[in-house]
Amino acid sequence: MIASDIIAYAWQSLSRHRGRSLLMLIAMGISVASVMLLTALGEGARRYVHDEFASLGTNLIIVLPGRNETTGAGLNAMPGVTPRDLTLDDARALARHSAITRIAPLNVGAVEASWQNRKREITLLGSTHDLLKLRHWKLAAGQFLPDMEWERTTPVCVIGKKIRDEIFGPHAALGQWLRLGQNRYRVIGIMASEGRTIGLDVEETVIIPVASAQSLLNTPSLFRILIETSSRGAMPSVIEFATAVIRERHYGEEDVTVITQDAVLQTFDRILSTLTYAVGGIAAISLVVAGILIMNVMLVAVSQRTAEIGLLKALGASRQQILRLILTEAMLMSLVGATAGFVIGIFGSWGIRLAFPELQVYPPFWAILTSLLVALVTGLLFSLLPAGKAAGLDPVRALQGR
Amino acid sequence: MIRLEQIHRDFEVGDQIVHALNDINLDIAHGEYLSVMGPSGSGKSTLLNIIGILDHATSGRYFLNEQNVTDMDELAESRARNRHIGFVFQSFHLVPRLTAAQNIELPLVLAGIAPALRRQKVQQVLESLSLADRAHHTPDQLSGGQRQRVAIARATITEPSVLLADEPTGNLDQKSGSEVIVTLEALNQRGITLIVVTHDKNIADRSLRSLQMVDGRVVSDRHGR
Repeated sequence: MIASDIIAYAWQSLSRHRGRSLLMLIAMGISVASVMLLTALGEGARRYVHDEFASLGTNLIIVLPGRNETTGAGLNAMPGVTPRDLTLDDARALARHSAITRIAPLNVGAVEASWQNRKREITLLGSTHDLLKLRHWKLAAGQFLPDMEWERTTPVCVIGKKIRDEIFGPHAALGQWLRLGQNRYRVIGIMASEGRTIGLDVEETVIIPVASAQSLLNTPSLFRILIETSSRGAMPSVIEFATAVIRERHYGEEDVTVITQDAVLQTFDRILSTLTYAVGGIAAISLVVAGILIMNVMLVAVSQRTAEIGLLKALGASRQQILRLILTEAMLMSLVGATAGFVIGIFGSWGIRLAFPELQVYPPFWAILTSLLVALVTGLLFSLLPAGKAAGLDPVRALQGR
Repeated sequence: MIRLEQIHRDFEVGDQIVHALNDINLDIAHGEYLSVMGPSGSGKSTLLNIIGILDHATSGRYFLNEQNVTDMDELAESRARNRHIGFVFQSFHLVPRLTAAQNIELPLVLAGIAPALRRQKVQQVLESLSLADRAHHTPDQLSGGQRQRVAIARATITEPSVLLADEPTGNLDQKSGSEVIVTLEALNQRGITLIVVTHDKNIADRSLRSLQMVDGRVVSDRHGR
């Protein structure tokens, strides 16, 4: 029997029994579509989190004061010792490393901002010129903090969009003097509103040079030191360097914590990937259910067509030919169903993207490939039993419809 | 061309053994016209099934065209059925979703013959059985006689050496029945070996050789009309 005849014969028998075929098609289609949609959603969530972290800055190392572990309070340890402060000198000592491209010391505090008769509680950030690029922020107008000596106090500030709107209202903000605590600062830049950011709301902050912030908040201590390295590969050596330098400067006391946003990101990545695999796996169970449905429908089809199979045998069809005919029928059905599911999956994820534009819902390539393959393989596996049953029929009894 | 030697066929029914065929010895020459008569359960259909290689003898030997069928494997058996044997059934056994022409070409499709050659052969057979205008009708659009003629066309499309007909007129009225018999006899005259199982004494009387079977044995073998 030539291949085109096998396919034509199987197709004819499928199109003759529309209800039955439609049932199998829907089962297969829904399974493939659900695998694709669920993994697309998981993948979209993973990408969303990934992008969120990327917006914090790339290859970012954060040095914060204090140690997140309990050390022994033995006889030699002085009880009640607080960790040594992180200072600007610490930050400068770190900047020596060649793999560090940007470094930004950071001070944070809450102060009252006022202009004319408007007042507002704001988050004050004290930092340096590098912060803008290190955090991937953008300016809406004006300029960022000038590139200058860290110790210099210069009365300039960069304000967030919400501060601009609420304090200055319709007036031009650039060039105005904004009062922060006891001092006045000239507004030299306005931050663009950030699409998304974790932790800090840029719209409600005012940024001034780090030395000015230290004097305004009356503290020599830094809140964080943010470090950007030239590459991901350089990160471990920079971490080691930073820990060693601070330990040395703090008389052998390892009283800072060095974290990377990578570590956090990788954890999220792992969780979400696992979740994607899990929901994909759960959806794949529906493929197996579809396979069982195909098996049942094909078993019924075989017993309904017993006489026809007997006839084919009488006309000279071998056991193998019958097997091939029934398998082809099931495979065709799985193929059409899987294709329909693929189309539904593609359009479905497109629909989700329309509804939630911030989620990048694309079915991952591996999920498409796997679901199509699994669909065909289950179609084949579950039709082996009915096909085998048909092939093994005794022609004399089959012709009598028994 | 057909030789049966000491053929036995036993069936197990419950815990009893039924001897459907009991020591059958038979020689059928090329081009013979043979009828098989006998009461229900006398084993005539079983005999036909064994000659058609649909069923296997419990013991004994069967030669078809000098080939020992009893030694064949499943694939060789199905090939032999396809090439050497044509079946005509009482209930026609046409595939309802296929047209007359598609039903007729089925054995050629199974044999893997190219579509162009198939069309040509089907056209010839349709014309010789005056079914040309029914080629694209499905079985439910055909009369009983036409259905059986389509079945005969299907049985002869591979130009087999033996045509086995099991009660070919059993589901037909008098007129269509005799048309079918005339068709079968015409094929026999062109050289095909024709074996007809029948209850109808008129048909048996027309055949050149007639077997009488009772309880799985051949009780009479009449040559000549």
